[in-house]
Amino acid sequence: MSKVYINAGAAISAQATFDGGFLENAVINRQDVFLPAIEPDYKAFISPVASRRMSKAVKMAIIASAQALNESGVSVPDAIITGTGAGCIIDSEKFLKAIIDNDEQFLTPTSFIQSTHNTVGAQIALGLNCKGYNFTYVNGAVSFESALLDAIMQIELQQANNVLVGGVDEMTPYFLELQQMIGHAKSDIATVGSVQSEGAGFFVLANTPTESTYAAIEDVTLYNKLSIAELPSFITGFLRKHHLEPSQIDLVVAGNNGDVFDDYYDKAAHLFRNYAITVQYKQLTGEYFTVSAFALWLASRIIKEQHIPEILKPHAVKHKAIKNVLIYNQYRGLDHSLILLKRV
Amino acid sequence: MRIAVTGMGIISAIGTSLEENLYHLKYGVTGITRSENLSTRHNGLLFGEVKFSNEHLARLLGLPADNNFSRTAMLGAYAAQQALENAAVKDINHSRTGLISASSVSGMDMTEKYLYDFKESAEHRKYIDSHHTGNVTHQIAGYIGVKGLVTTISTACSSSANAIMMGANLIRTGRLDRVVVGGTDALAKFTVNGFNSLMILTDGYNRPFDANRKGLNLGEGAAYLVLESETLLKKEDRPVLAYLAGYGNANDAYHQTASSETGEGAFLAMEKALALAGLEPGAISYVNAHGTATVNNDLSEARALERIFGNQMPDISSTKPFTGHTLAAAGSIEAIYSILAMKHQLVFPNLNFQTPMEEVAIQPQQTLKEKKIDFALSNSFGFGGNCSTLIFSKK
Repeated sequence: MSKVYINAGAAISAQATFDGGFLENAVINRQDVFLPAIEPDYKAFISPVASRRMSKAVKMAIIASAQALNESGVSVPDAIITGTGAGCIIDSEKFLKAIIDNDEQFLTPTSFIQSTHNTVGAQIALGLNCKGYNFTYVNGAVSFESALLDAIMQIELQQANNVLVGGVDEMTPYFLELQQMIGHAKSDIATVGSVQSEGAGFFVLANTPTESTYAAIEDVTLYNKLSIAELPSFITGFLRKHHLEPSQIDLVVAGNNGDVFDDYYDKAAHLFRNYAITVQYKQLTGEYFTVSAFALWLASRIIKEQHIPEILKPHAVKHKAIKNVLIYNQYRGLDHSLILLKRV
Repeated sequence: MRIAVTGMGIISAIGTSLEENLYHLKYGVTGITRSENLSTRHNGLLFGEVKFSNEHLARLLGLPADNNFSRTAMLGAYAAQQALENAAVKDINHSRTGLISASSVSGMDMTEKYLYDFKESAEHRKYIDSHHTGNVTHQIAGYIGVKGLVTTISTACSSSANAIMMGANLIRTGRLDRVVVGGTDALAKFTVNGFNSLMILTDGYNRPFDANRKGLNLGEGAAYLVLESETLLKKEDRPVLAYLAGYGNANDAYHQTASSETGEGAFLAMEKALALAGLEPGAISYVNAHGTATVNNDLSEARALERIFGNQMPDISSTKPFTGHTLAAAGSIEAIYSILAMKHQLVFPNLNFQTPMEEVAIQPQQTLKEKKIDFALSNSFGFGGNCSTLIFSKK
């Protein structure tokens, strides 16, 4: 089976991650319960007329994917695979409220059409006139990882030479309020739950490395529900499948978000305590279903540049060469995922 | 690596078991009626509704009173459990088993009831979390006891066909031994009003491929298949119902909701599926068409079929006059109908057809027909230009 390389990547997040920098001016959030994505200047990529019709998720995804494609030198990918945990909630909410408020009358279809979960992938395909394989995964915190897994399989099975793969989520005030009502999102910084956010991350995966290659992506795995006690064997089993021991991992990128489920990350960090550096990032990005796309962008750049941004270092660590990187994420004890990267 | 189908489970407007569904298909009995369970202003419309109330479904599933299953999740759990029983899988986690489910409307049936109540009272807040598409899948996984690789596909009306493809790829790449694949969607005001605002709902019974077709009837249901690797079947001897011989997905890249005039996406999907199966078009003896009975879909699909099959057109029928359009569940429901067609060597009738379209030569099979079927092809197309084709083989 072919090896899979990450040849390009772009991220839009609550930090200025779209300008080419690498978190030099990033700010750690200490007081906000919602971190909006810093939106790039859409005008450079999308006409104002088209832009007005597009939701934030579609716009972020189109721009992040355009940048990734541009970096990779691929103009039309063989496949487009998208992950989104909540989908196009701006348009879903608009249409749902219109139905209820007008008692099912006087409705126009625009927001219904754009509420479909695969709107993002479809809009990217339309823009590129890409007639290839086009899948969308919608499964909470493993939505992006599912897309990534599919992308790897498309290349392994030689159905595609290159794949555009990404994750995107947008937020609305009412959706945030609902998440706060059930304690999943923080209402103020002291309450339970996590700090919510939004963003997009898109990558070009391919069967051949290029000058722009960041890393090789070895594999991704998902697990719907694990107890903390089951976590170590989930991790070591996955590593063993790739002929690795915990001692061979140089960096762990962990998804701690400050909620009560961080015990999972503590357990994972414990497994690597004598070997690897563990970095956390959600103090910069907040939590959203496809935040792992940010984690992949981060890990890819760390491997390529052999440099961990200062703001992420738990203390002034001097690190050895970073060859093998493991990204671990879960949300509220569900949807566990592991992504394994290797230096090329 | 061949992918075997060893179990099937289904709940639709024409039955809550394989036998009931087959009976209706054989005898041409539609499930399209006025709605009994759905509260909507558009109650003059006809639907492909499952005649179980939510309370009845919860009782059948043995759910506790404080459960937060949406109707979508209950239909899904019902069909997925039936599929595992049909396959006679004993210890589900003894082999590496996954679940790839599909849905488009997900927990919307509850959200649209309680959206404004959530703020006022805590009583219905349990449905906030079960709104998510992924949580519908989590509930189904929990119900059938799958621990491991669980995820969800949502590509509108091709969703569950795509779930079948993803499951097959997980087996082909050696990541799973067995995978439960399929989709579920319940009727909801959200989709009724969405399709109504697009003016593609008929005011009568849907008539696929008819010159005077006026649109679709919305339906609901769920269907799941158990796919297993041949390696696993060597260890656990189970009857094979059919094989998934080929599959393909392509994008029409034409319009967010409309299909292109030439049916380019559909053509490419069928071409890919035939190539993966290593088959010439002539090997296909039955096509279960997407055939929604909208003006746009049927002409576009007919053109794509003519491009693939030329003047060697196999027997074609759309079974949506029986079930209505079940959205994300349509692909897996019709995958099961295609396998039933092969198993019983029957072409199911395309009900309500009277007048051929002027633009194309295609005419669907209108009556039940006995026929040797070794390979059956099933199409599913969705918004966003998403086109999917599955090919099943008897051996």
